[in-house]
Parts: sequence; C-alpha cells; structure tokens
Amino acid sequence: MLLIHCPYCGPRPELEFSYGGEAHIARPSPPESVSADDWVAFLYLRANRRGLQAERWRHVRGCARFFNALRDTTTDQFLATYRCGEPRPDGGGSASP
Amino acid sequence: MMAWRAAHGGRVDRSRPIEFSFDGRSYRGLAGDTLASALLANGVHLLGRSFKYHRPRGLLSAGSEEPNALVTVARDAARSAPNLRATQVEIYDGLRAHSQNRWPSLAWDLGSVSNWLAPLFPAGFYYKTFMWPRFAWHRWYEPRIRAAAGLGRAPVGADPDGYAQRFAHCDVLVIGAGAAGLAAAAAAARSGARVILCDEQAEMGGGLLDEPAAKIDGVNSAAWLKATIGQLGLQANVTLLPRTTAFGYFPHNMLGLCERLSDHLDAPPPDLPRERLWQVRAREVVLASGAIERPLVFPGNDRPGVMLASAARSYLNRYGVRVGSRAVVLAGSDAAYAAALDLQVGGVAVSAIADVRPEPSAPALAAARTAGIRVIQGATVLATAGRLRIRNVTLGTVRPGGTIGRGEILACDALLMSGGFTPSIHLHSQSRGKLLWREAERFFVPGATAERERSAGAARGLDGLGAALEDGTQAGLAAAAACGFRGSATPPLVATNELSSRGAPGALPQPGHAAPAKAFVDWQNDVTSRDLELAMREGFSSIEHIKRYTTTGMATDQGKTSGLNALGIVAHGSARAVPEVGLTTFRMPYTPVSFGVLAGYDRGQQFDPVRRTPMHDWASARGAVFEDVGMWKRARYFPQGAEDMHAAVARECRSVRGACGLFDASTLGKIEVVGPGATEFMNRMYVNNWTSLAPGRARYGVLLRDDGFIYDDGVVARLADDRYHVTTTTGGAARVLQLMEDYRQSEWPELKVWLTSTTEQWAVIAVQGPRARDVIAPLVAGVDLSAGALAHMSVARGTICGAPLLLFRVSFSGELGFEINVPADNGTAVWEAVYAAGQSHGITPYGTEAMHVLRAEKGFIIVGQDTDGTVTPDDVGLAWAIGKAKPDFLGKRSLARPAMRAPGRKQLVGLLSVDRSRLLEEGAQVVANAGQTPPMQIIGHVTSAYASPTLGHPIALAMVADGRARVGQTLFVPMPGGDIAVEVTSPVFYDREGAHLNG
Amino acid sequence: MQKFSAWSLLKQAFGGHRGWQPQWRRAAPQSSYDAIIVGGGGHGLGAAYYLASEHGMNRVAVLEKGWIGGGNTGRNTTVIRSNYLFDESARLYDHAVKMWRDLSQHLNYNVMYSPRGVLMLAHSVHDMQVSKRHIHANRCNGVDNEWLSPAECKAFCPPLNIGHDIRYPVLGGALQRRGGTARHDAVAWGYARAADALGVDIVENCEVTGICRDANGAVEAVETTRGRIGSRKIGVAAAGNSSVVMGLAGIRLPLESFPLQALVSEPIKPVLPCVVMSNAIHAYVSQSDKGELVIGAGTDAYTSYTQRGALHVNLHTLAAICELFPAFRRLRMLRNWGGIVDVSPDRSPIICKTAVPGLYLNCGWGTGGFKATPGSAHLFAWTIAHDEPHPLNAPFTLERFRDGLLIDEAAAAAVAH
Repeated sequence: MLLIHCPYCGPRPELEFSYGGEAHIARPSPPESVSADDWVAFLYLRANRRGLQAERWRHVRGCARFFNALRDTTTDQFLATYRCGEPRPDGGGSASP
Repeated sequence: MMAWRAAHGGRVDRSRPIEFSFDGRSYRGLAGDTLASALLANGVHLLGRSFKYHRPRGLLSAGSEEPNALVTVARDAARSAPNLRATQVEIYDGLRAHSQNRWPSLAWDLGSVSNWLAPLFPAGFYYKTFMWPRFAWHRWYEPRIRAAAGLGRAPVGADPDGYAQRFAHCDVLVIGAGAAGLAAAAAAARSGARVILCDEQAEMGGGLLDEPAAKIDGVNSAAWLKATIGQLGLQANVTLLPRTTAFGYFPHNMLGLCERLSDHLDAPPPDLPRERLWQVRAREVVLASGAIERPLVFPGNDRPGVMLASAARSYLNRYGVRVGSRAVVLAGSDAAYAAALDLQVGGVAVSAIADVRPEPSAPALAAARTAGIRVIQGATVLATAGRLRIRNVTLGTVRPGGTIGRGEILACDALLMSGGFTPSIHLHSQSRGKLLWREAERFFVPGATAERERSAGAARGLDGLGAALEDGTQAGLAAAAACGFRGSATPPLVATNELSSRGAPGALPQPGHAAPAKAFVDWQNDVTSRDLELAMREGFSSIEHIKRYTTTGMATDQGKTSGLNALGIVAHGSARAVPEVGLTTFRMPYTPVSFGVLAGYDRGQQFDPVRRTPMHDWASARGAVFEDVGMWKRARYFPQGAEDMHAAVARECRSVRGACGLFDASTLGKIEVVGPGATEFMNRMYVNNWTSLAPGRARYGVLLRDDGFIYDDGVVARLADDRYHVTTTTGGAARVLQLMEDYRQSEWPELKVWLTSTTEQWAVIAVQGPRARDVIAPLVAGVDLSAGALAHMSVARGTICGAPLLLFRVSFSGELGFEINVPADNGTAVWEAVYAAGQSHGITPYGTEAMHVLRAEKGFIIVGQDTDGTVTPDDVGLAWAIGKAKPDFLGKRSLARPAMRAPGRKQLVGLLSVDRSRLLEEGAQVVANAGQTPPMQIIGHVTSAYASPTLGHPIALAMVADGRARVGQTLFVPMPGGDIAVEVTSPVFYDREGAHLNG
Repeated sequence: MQKFSAWSLLKQAFGGHRGWQPQWRRAAPQSSYDAIIVGGGGHGLGAAYYLASEHGMNRVAVLEKGWIGGGNTGRNTTVIRSNYLFDESARLYDHAVKMWRDLSQHLNYNVMYSPRGVLMLAHSVHDMQVSKRHIHANRCNGVDNEWLSPAECKAFCPPLNIGHDIRYPVLGGALQRRGGTARHDAVAWGYARAADALGVDIVENCEVTGICRDANGAVEAVETTRGRIGSRKIGVAAAGNSSVVMGLAGIRLPLESFPLQALVSEPIKPVLPCVVMSNAIHAYVSQSDKGELVIGAGTDAYTSYTQRGALHVNLHTLAAICELFPAFRRLRMLRNWGGIVDVSPDRSPIICKTAVPGLYLNCGWGTGGFKATPGSAHLFAWTIAHDEPHPLNAPFTLERFRDGLLIDEAAAAAVAH
C-alpha cells in the first residue's frame, strides 16, 4: 500500500485515494474542431511510461481533491506531488494543466 | 518415556509434562517443547514422507526452514491445519498431530513404490509423456497424479476461529529478536524512538537460545536475554511481538506481520483470535533476520537422522534433547565443530568430524583436538544406509588431483552436517534491495537498499555474537537517528569466541561414475543434483527456468535450505559465476500465512458494508424479500401469505396501475450541483439543455462518458437558478460524482460550482398510481398538488407531517406519481403516515421487481440492464434529450464519429412472442431467420422481459440491429427447445400518449 | 526433434537420462530474418512456431529481453475459457480453446490442458442477467456454457458455500465444461522446442532498444542489446511492455499497464475439482496438479512495471475466497507474485497491422491472455504472413478505438444499476 503525499492533507495511505491515470492530458474542444486522431489520443492513447510518469490521483476519502504526482513506475517511488494547474516540478512534459 | 532427554539443560520446563499424540500414539513432552523436540525426546525420527518419491524423512532443521517434518494438527474436523512444520508447532496437553502424504502408515507407505520407479520420474518427466491417447491426460493420468500429489488435507468444516487485523505505525521496526535484533531494538528504544520488535519464535532470543555457554557483559546468555527482554518490555515506546513472522515487505516501508495467538494453547479463550495480521508502516526498518544453515548435498543425505548440525545443537541446548547416541559430524564450515563439541559434552558420542574442506581452520581443529574428537580431513560422503533411520555413513577421500577414494564406513544414528550459513536476505530482496555476491564467503548479502531499511548481524553475513551485538546496536542507533532520535549506546561486551559460519554451497564431490543413490538439493520436492544436471543438459540455463523445470525451491519452504546449493550446482555445472546464473526472486510470504488472517474481519455480513434505507426495517417487518444492488439492500417484493414472486409482483403492479403503490427509492444517487456555474456545468456534463429548464422544473437527464456511450441517467431538478438536484442510478452514484469532480476540478476549474453527495441525506418515498395525489394530499402542506400547479416533471418545497419536503412530481411507472424527499431521519415516520393515509385508497408497497415491470411496460430503460456500455442515446431512442445547440458536452465529439451513426447499430425495440404467450429469457439472442445452427447470425438480444399483468401477456425489450426499421417484422429467438417467433414492436407497451402520467 | 513419449522416457531411464538433448538451442542472433517476433512469451513463441510451420517462414527469430515465458505466460493463473459475451470475442477465444484440445499432441509436449470446467458465479439479480446473456450468446455461437442453480453449483464443486450466511450468497453460476487450466511453463517451452526444431532462433537476454524504419517508413530492423537485426516484418507481442516497445516506433497505444497479483497455497490433496470465478467479489481459484490452490487477485489501482502489488489487494481476494470456501481459512498462502497486464479500454485484445508498414501488434490481453495463447499466436502469425488480418481477428484493430467500434467486454459485465 503506497504512502501518498496529498498536497493538501499530507501523507496518507493509498486506500484513501483513487487513481486518475496519466496527467497533463487536456480535453480538446470545441468538438467540431477536434480531429479524429486528436480525439482518440485524448480518449485512449497513453504514454504508459516505464519510468518517471506524471499522473493524477484523487484524495477521494479525504479532501476529495485531484492532484498530480511524479512517480517512477519501475520502483513505485514518488518523486513529488503537486496541485492541479501547477507545472511539473521536474520541468518535463507539456505545460498544459 | 523420554529416553533421549538429557538429564539437565535446555529451556524446557521439566516440572510440566505435556501429553500429546502423533499418528494416534501418545507421547509425553515438556512445556517449551516443539512437536519436533518432543518427538525426538521420545526417539521418534520418522516424521514425514517426501512429496514425489515418498521417501521416509526426519527432521532436517529446528526452525521455520524445515522442509521434511510437515504435519497436520487438528483440534477438530474444522480446526485442522495441514502442512505445519513440526519444528514450529508448540505442544500443549491433548495436541493431536498426524503425519501426511502416506498410506497406509508412515512406516509402511505404499506410495514409496515411486521411489523404486524413480528412474522413470526425472525432473519434468510429465512434460514428456501422458499425451496418448488425447483425452487420457484429463480422464486418466491427471486424476492419479493429483491424488498422489498434494501434502496434507484441507479441513472439511468451516473454520470457526476468529482472526484479527491491525494497522500500526512506528519509528523503528526490528525484525528478528536474536542478538543483533535485541541490540538494535534496545539501542533504538533508548534513544526514544517508538519501536516494534517481532520474532517468529515463541521465545525471543534467536540463535542465542541455542548458546547457553555464551557470556555477555559477564553473565550467561540466558541471564542477558532475560534482562534485555525484560527491560524492553518495561518501556512504553516498545512493542514486543513474539510468535510473529514478518512475512512481507511492501512499497513505502509497509510490512506485513502475522502474529500467532492461540495455536499453542490447550484451551484458547473463545474470544481470542487465532492469529492477528499487523500492517506496519515503519519509518525505518532493521532486518535482523539471521542466517540459515545450509545442508550438504551427497548421496543419501535425506535419511531420518541426517540433520543440520545447528539443529542438533539447538535440540540439545534449547530443548535438552539428544538427537542420537552416536553421531558423525560432516563439516563444511566451522559451525559444525561447535555442534560436535556441544553434543560431545551433552552425552552424544561423536565418532568423527568428517571435514569436507581440504583445509579446516586451525582454531576449529584445535578445539576438536582438545575435546578428543577425531577429525577426518578432505572427506566426502559416498553413501548412507538405513531404512527409517540412518545406520551408517560411507565416507570417501578426496585425493589431491580430485580423484575420490573409498573411505571407511562409520556406524551412526545421527549424521550432522553444516555447509555454512546463508544470510536471510528475503525481506531485503522483497523490498527490492539489491544483492551482492561475496565470492569469498560464497553467499549473497544485502546491497543497495530501495526502502528505508538496513540489515544487521548474521542477516548481512557477519560472523559471531560480538559482531552481531555491535552491528545491531549501530543499526538501531542509525535507524533511530534517521527518525530524528539521538541516542548513544555501548554495545554489550562479549566473552565468547565464535567459530566462522562460512561454508561452501553446492554438491560434495563424487566419483565420476553415477552413484545409484540420490543426493537431494530440495528435500521436500525431491529434487536431486542429477535433476539439476538434467535440466542443464536439456538446455535450461536461466535459474528461473531450472527452478520451474525441476521445481527446486518451490516447495513449502521456498528454497530456504536449497536455494544456494542449487545455485552452486548450476554454476559449477555450467562453468559460470553464481551471479551470472542469477538468483530467483524472493517473494512474499517469508513463511506461509493462513488465508484466515489475511481475510481478517471481512467475513459473513462484514465482508462488505451493508447499506440500508431509512425504511428498511419497515419493509423487513412486512416480510419483504431483499436483493443486493451494489452494497444496498433493496426490497424486491412483498409477498403476502403463500405468494411466490410472480404472484406478488403481479398484485403489486395491478395496485399501482389501479390504485396506488408505495416504493422506497432512497437508494437512488443524489448529488446537489450548486453555484453560479451550475447551469454551465450541467450543460457540459449531461447531453440535455439545462439553460431552458426553469427553476421548479425537472428533466430526464442522460450522462455520457466522453466516449459517447450512456454512462448514467436520472431525473434532474432545477431547484433554483444556481442549484440542481441530480439523481443517478443506485449503482452509479459514486462513479457519477467522481466523473463530475474529475471534470470540475481538472477540465473546468474556472466554473464556480460545488458538488455534494446527498444520497443518504434524503429518504425518497415514491407514491405512484391514479390515487397518488389523493393519498398524499392530506399530509402535504405548502404545495399545490393540482396538475396545473405541479405538472409532471415539477418540483416543489413544502412540509409533510411536519418534516421539510422536497416533492417531485415524477413517474417511473407511467402513472401519476410523486417522489417525497424528506430528511432521512423522517423517512420511516413519513412512510408510515403515507401508508396509513393510503389504506382507504388501497395503497400497496411494491418492490424493485414490480418497479422493473412497470417501467418496462412504459418502455423506460434501466442503464446497465438495457444498456451495456456500447449504447448511444440514439440507440435507445433518447436522441431527443440531446441539447442540439450546445457547443459541447461529454461525448459530443464521440457521437460525431461515423460509426456512431452508421446503419446496423442495435436499437431499442419491444418484442412480443407472436403467440403472445411466451415469456422470453433476458439475455436471449435474436436472429432474423429461423432454423439456424451455430454460429448463428445474431442481430440482437433481449434486455428485459417480464410477464405484464397490465397487458395480460409477456413483454420484452430488446436491442436489435436497425430495430426501429424492423417494427412489425417477425424475428426469432433461438432457444434450446427451438426458435420462438417474435414480433418487433415499439418499446412502449402502455399508455403511449402519457395520459396516465400527466393525469 | 527428439520425440517425447513414455517409450523414450523408459529408454532414457536406462541411460541415466544422459541422452536428452537441449529442448531449444541457445541461439545467437543472425544479422537478418524474414520475421522477428519481439517478446518470448507464449503468444510470441507460438506466433514464431506458426510462421514456420504454417506459413513456410523458417528464418524467424524470437527476441526476449529476459528468459522465455518469464512474463505473464509464467505468472498467470492458467485459466482457459471462451465464454465471452460479444460474438467477435467468443469466436476469437473459442478458436484458442479448440486448439488447446490437441496442443500437447501437436507440439509433442504435455501442456496438461485439463478441461475441468470453469464455473462463474452470480451473486445478484444483475449478475444472473449478465450470466444468462453470456450463456445465450455463447450457445448461438457454438460455445458451450450452461446455467447451474446453486444446488447444481454445489454438486459440481462440493466445497463451495451456497449458504445464505454470507454477504453475497451464490445465486447460481455459468459453467463452461470445456474451460479449465493448462501448465503455463509447458506452453512456452513446448512452443519454443517445436519452433526451434523448425529453425526458429530463440534469442534470450536480448532487449529491443530501437525499431528502425527505411525511407518509406517501413520497418527494416531492430536495435537490440545484442546488436542490430534486420527484418521487414516485426511482430510485437510484448504484453505489459507493449507501450514501451511500440513507443520505439513512435506509436502511442490505448493501453495502461497495471500490476496483477496471484498467489498459491501450500499443496494439499485434491479438494477443488474445477475453476471457480466470481467477478462480483473478485475470487478466482483452481487447484493445480501439484495440489496448490492457484488464486488470482485483482489489479492494483495504478500503473506500474514493478511486477508487484499491494498487500491489501490480496487481502480482499482471500476474504472472498474464504467466504466461498470457509474451510480454506486454515490453508496458507505459500507464494505471491505479480505480473504486468496491458489493459485496453474495452478489455479486448489488439491483433493487427499498424500504420507502420511491416510492424504488427498483438497486445491488450489484460488479465486474460493465457487462455488465448494458441489462437492468438495462430492468428498473429497469419496476420504477419499475409499482411492482413485473419477474419477472426479482423475486428480487433487499433482503429476500433478511433471509430468507436469497441468490443466492450468490461462494460458487458457492467456493475450493478
């Protein structure tokens, strides 16, 4: 069971959280200007990185807020957690929310 | 009779004899004995049979690494535990233990015929045969192999014992209470850290318990242990957990411990759990798990009486039991000398120490010489003899140049061996710490760590008591310091010189020609050195492949005694260095953990929370039959007298259509969406246009995911300009809120809107039927119930029976309907008031089954029953709900994909059997042409089917390809008994104009 | 290929088993091949075998970064069944079940396929509806699956608790009698041995680090830890690592890789005669020939390549097992392990050509790939050899996600309404 640092509440056990998948994937809009390829990329395509990954968690049994985390998927160790809207602490990835 | 009990010594309580039985025969032991030591004290060495060859086996060890002596201990039929290691079973008065995997008896086991056929059964033999004829594997061979395999038997009754679970936090968790662990715990505790110290044995002390002669700080080991453990026990910041195995190391310094609470008691208090699971989150961990002695691999090394030297020493020093009268000690390490010396003193004649090393260490030789024990250098073992107990050993001599000469035959009833000690690196490896191979010592030690842990003492390959105490102290201090506690401690002074624990893994040298006898590497699984060689010959080179092909290390001891020997043999056989061969992964658990303690409290009704509505007890008292919907209990129907479900549902339906029904809808999910951005938020989430919905009005809402498929539905009421009351399906409440929060927080943080789950705040009482208004009118205040004032799909606030009321005029039955929302605490009172008021109107409580029938008659879908996650709004005739002018909403882009509008999509229709008599089965398939054989051309399936009391014949809803264009056609439902001809109809069977609904 | 039989075993016994030959060569990679399969699990080894045996391609290599069969092939709970809901799925999986029947004879390697029956329990009215839809759909597709009442479930599986003293009582079950188990390692080794005999090079400890494309964008080689290896046809069957390997060709996949755990009990005498599954309470259990209860746990919540998961996932599963089999509480967990499962959005696999000429993909099997091994391998080989999908795998494209033509086995088992 992971120990996750909610940026609002502090360290809490994984049982209090739900996982939200890859972070920094913005929903394209309006629909009529979104290509089929962009749409499927938003809906389904994922980096699924082996290594450092920016991902979303929700402290659903706590403050109920979503936040982002940097985690190494080869060790399950967290490097950082940060609030939605904040840039990736390591400067990687895209800048979108 | 305890002929083999030494006159004195050991930590057993000689004043407390214990009666127990093994295989039906009674024996006497002493308090403090394990089953193993007690049986040895009675001269019993034959304790089990091996897995494959059914060879007679005795004790190899004295600890949890034991591969041979597996027994079943049964208090009764349900409290029967198979495969327990006799070395870990503490005896109590009346304990009944049985040997396993033998028939008819342990001494005469018919299964041992496989031992004679062993040449036919090399490693992996089963991959090469049993293939003809084709069906013979499953019908003939496999059942026989299965019957022969397995060890003990599963109990036959439900286990009545309780199991407990606990979470704990600490600064420093110390695993293992031997010298290093005790020193670590003491040092950490003195610095002020919160310490948990656990040890798998009944008594703390680890290997020190076997060393009564050792002196620490000027006192003997027993006195030091008593003082040290006593001191720890007095400290408020220390938790001592004996009989507690740390079995797993999980990410982020979470460890699993299993504490055994009652198995050692003759009469456990009924409220005492059998075991307790501890899930410990430690800031720092000290692994002081010690080391395990390695056996030597030589022909006939598995006869009862062949034992690890440290085990013989333990039986003597800890339990006061002699393992034989005449022993030969086989030394692959200096530790064997220590055992030989102790045994000699304890009254066991040591014929010789046969040292398998070319150059024994000088101190060891000197010690043996002083004790007058003969040492044979450069020895090997060529054979042993004895059927149920070793009788003699044939030694060989390794000549310079490597040739082997035949040596002498020594009579003995115990052959004690030591191949050196293997550090117990299991937990370090489980935590994903790296391992380092030490070529000089020939073992792995912990390398770089992945978690906040450090190993101490023998667990990281250190030799001797002094080193263990020093290292443990430093580890304890360092761990405490890492948690911010400063302390200082002087390690205890030691006045015992220890012999080295180094040794050599692998097989003892043998003559070039194959000896007929087997040299075992993995005792329990009967894996021999020749099996390993065969695997290599057949091209298996990865140690993982060799393990899987030969099953070495896969027995219930998980390779604790066999792992390094197998590795040594493979490395030698393939001329590779050990690290090149690799090491199989250490997996949790360290030793087996019962399912019961892992399941813990989650049993019976506590398996999952039970959600009950406020009116649950009322329904229960009226004899309602409940169904599980998610965690909820929902009343399915209310049988009267001898009614079955069909009769009850028919009556309930007729009441709703003809008079009035009362339905508990409290389980529907409820979410309040509030704020200046509420309308915009709802417009973006749901397909509907909410801008045009006036406050006080409600609308049927459809929620898609962004993939364009229906996710949920429900009535949404606009309570005010900035406030919506959203209802969801019963099962969808949590996931809809999660979806809403996801978009609110992640995609549209600029919207000023707040979401609150109010599911359990409201009791919802649906009153449905032509008399509904008449029933509730006398109870409601502050709401004009007339059709003109409160039209279908309206909402109003008022009071009912004095309670605040949120009144919906909605209908899921097709009749005039109201849904009374009152605070949950008022639910039962209001329900009872409505029920009382409805008596003169023929009010009838109805359950979910009647609700389903009524809604199906009306053609209303149930998300999850009539939809399955591949259904668009248009597929189920809900395209009308979509707000066409909205720039965006969840799923809008997906609905624009060509395939979502292509012909051939399944659409919701009604189906009636052509003869109007057949009730279709839900899930039945639909085809266009009769008489098909599989694979058929399937064009749809039945989603809902009920006997309709209103129509007097069965009805069905179905999803059928291009269904709306097929209305009027005849299709077929292929059933095992033949096709059923069905007519495609509109999905609305009742009151298509909505006259009842709007009444 | 040295023939395996009772006779050869007997003959070898007299020679001390010294005459057995390596089951497959330890091949060093050549400079180029007609086809390369990336991933030495059952699906990849099988595909190489069928390329050689059915499509006449004998210059084929399987590149495995570790040891063959060491991924999900050697880590799963070996359940075999084909009672899937959608017609496309049922036909795909049943293709495999039909091949399981004589796979041992076909490969001359006993894979121990044991059709002991897979019983999938229902615990709610909704479960029953879903089960019955499966049964009807399967029957119309020629796939055996039948409904058992609770008493019939008990008769088929005597230790099962059908009492009402548990939170979610058993209301019945769907039984596929042809479902069962097989020996997972034997599948990898059997395919490896048979493929090797046809000239396929099985290259272990060879990790693919790059996918090279020519001027037209078509694949021409892979870079590996053992050098560059040329091929105009590259099939990727890398399971949990599919996203990583396909990322080398610049392709993002609709996959997420989750830890999936399993565990075994200590071996006991036969007690469980069939496979029992409960999707509702997450219990999946069978008994191996060795006597161990083989139990599948759930996936962890988060993506990971660590091949391990959390304790609480196992606790949940064992609680469910103990409810269904209350006599098992005193049995003990012997060994737990984790795999990396590549989960697709609709829980259905992907076997297809890709946008890159010469690059083929077989992935997305999620928690259930083992059962499909022979069929998947067979169809993947076909797809590679013909440069077009076989009709049975034609619906299982990458494009279905773009077009919304999902084969949604997950939603089909939708949770309670």
